[in-house]
Amino acid sequence: MKSRLIHIVILSAAIWCISCERQEAAPGAAPLALHAGEISSKVKMVLIPGGEYQPFYGADTTPVKVKPFLIDERPVTNGEFLEFVKANPQWQRSQVKRLYADTNYLRSWVADTLLPRDIHVDAPVTQLSWYAAKAYATAVGKRLPVLDEWELVAMADETVPNARDKKSYSDRIVNLYLVKNRQYNAVKQSPPNYWGVYNFFDLVWEWTDDFNSVLVTGDARSGEYSNDNLFCAGSATSATDVLNYAAFMRFSMRAGLKAHYTVANLGFRCAKDVDE
Amino acid sequence: MTNKPALFLLSVMLVFGACKSHTEQGNASAEKPPAAKMEEAKGAPEEAEITAAPNVPAPVGNRGPKKLIVKLLTTEIEGEIADKKKYTFWTFNNIVPGSFIRVREGDEVEVRLKNDASSVLPHNIDLHAVNGPGGGAEATSAVPGKEETFTFKAMNPGLYVYHCAAPPVPMHIGNGMYGLILVEPAGGLKPVDREYYIMQGEFYTKARENGLLEFDNDKAVSENPDYVLFNGKKGSLLGANMIEAKVGETVRLFVGNGGPNLISSFHVIGEIFDNVYQEGGTAVTHNVQTTIIPAGGSAIVEFRVDVPGEYVLVDHSLSRAFNKGAIGKLKVTGEENPKVFKKGGL
Repeated sequence: MKSRLIHIVILSAAIWCISCERQEAAPGAAPLALHAGEISSKVKMVLIPGGEYQPFYGADTTPVKVKPFLIDERPVTNGEFLEFVKANPQWQRSQVKRLYADTNYLRSWVADTLLPRDIHVDAPVTQLSWYAAKAYATAVGKRLPVLDEWELVAMADETVPNARDKKSYSDRIVNLYLVKNRQYNAVKQSPPNYWGVYNFFDLVWEWTDDFNSVLVTGDARSGEYSNDNLFCAGSATSATDVLNYAAFMRFSMRAGLKAHYTVANLGFRCAKDVDE
Repeated sequence: MTNKPALFLLSVMLVFGACKSHTEQGNASAEKPPAAKMEEAKGAPEEAEITAAPNVPAPVGNRGPKKLIVKLLTTEIEGEIADKKKYTFWTFNNIVPGSFIRVREGDEVEVRLKNDASSVLPHNIDLHAVNGPGGGAEATSAVPGKEETFTFKAMNPGLYVYHCAAPPVPMHIGNGMYGLILVEPAGGLKPVDREYYIMQGEFYTKARENGLLEFDNDKAVSENPDYVLFNGKKGSLLGANMIEAKVGETVRLFVGNGGPNLISSFHVIGEIFDNVYQEGGTAVTHNVQTTIIPAGGSAIVEFRVDVPGEYVLVDHSLSRAFNKGAIGKLKVTGEENPKVFKKGGL
């Protein structure tokens, strides 16, 4: 019975892949610097039906409930981010406030609104801060995915929604992660996962809205809670999937980030609530 | 009932009394200079000399405590591991083992860890010479392109391993992210004629389609390495790379074991260690044939070489030496001494 229900949800998800149209940014919701001029995004969004999932991190074995949500089928590209900074000069390289992006922000670009010749417009945009990613998402009427949403999608391989039990699952992702300069490839050149979502692992690390709320400390061995009740472990003592090296890598990456950091192989994609 | 508070008061007074006499004793001993480990580091910070194996920086000698800056760069690079085969190493300063760091007890050390912009993963450093959370690991967690810094006071003399502690740790260490830091006692170690840096580590490999070798997690979990190596490469201490000494000289080897899993039974064929600083600490034993070096541990061994020849360094778990590469050589030149060793009978 339950599995039939899931099938129905999955089926509707497949049908419900929609193009996201321009949406109004919530007025006054964002701080001044995050306020962004609206632009449109043509990227297709995929409905993820949500459900319960077992987080990779934590000694707590309680599954986490994730509500249905929409997620971009691929990361935001250089070309798209260029349109954004054209419409939002405050996010151009020479204009951005240091508080919101470090000195390497969009470093490879030739000028404020000029991509280098050797960079692919359809490759994921990288070297941008969490603030910038959030501002973009707001401008297109979306938001960043939260970590639980991102990790829920990450459980899928090409054939099943949860491939974590497969021996090959983590190994394959680690193989993708360790390829240098993968961020320069164009999006959608590799097969999508079970949900029809592309490039979850093979191009860039991705910002999540709450990237630092649940984390493996940079020190991987302390099975402890940190201050502010943030879970600060992911160590060998508390990770539920001890052999999931791919997940360890993701969580350690997130643990090293600060919101104004920009990194050469870190990009993002957008998500959105499902309208009731 | 009513007596209880009074009793409590009495005991409190007694405790304070005891405290007071302790304090007075403390004051009396404060007249003496502070323990070397807490001596104040003086002068402007300067960059520490660091070296690639098998070399070590100059001894600290008689100098007082200083402020030192240690710069380390974490990288992910291809390099030869054995027999012209390439492996993707993760390194400190593009070498395996990472740079040798040499400080004095009482030094204040600022560690600047920069993760190269071309790295795929975050890296950090845990120095076993540190008294503080994670040995600096969390404080130095650096995503690609970023530099993170922390400072510690070197309080305990000894030879310590440092390594990357970013998850998954066995993989970061298994790819070569380890090195040694020596904290010399005040006044320095006794001068010797030769000092060398040797670090063992094992490699678990599988081949990508293009033949490039990389870390194999299954082999690591079952602790079944393809290579057990000194200084990150088969033959790193053989042929033209042999370490050297002359007859009559005293040799000091700073030996570390990065692991990530195996314990080393370090032995030099044809020599007896006159002195072994057990596990890199302060206790010195004498006349040792083979010394255990734990994963994530070290030993300092010293011996006088008496007759010329090639002395073979091995992990005396011998399949590792014969089959997996854990072999190196010390070449000793000089006069024969038949009193010590000769072919033929008396």
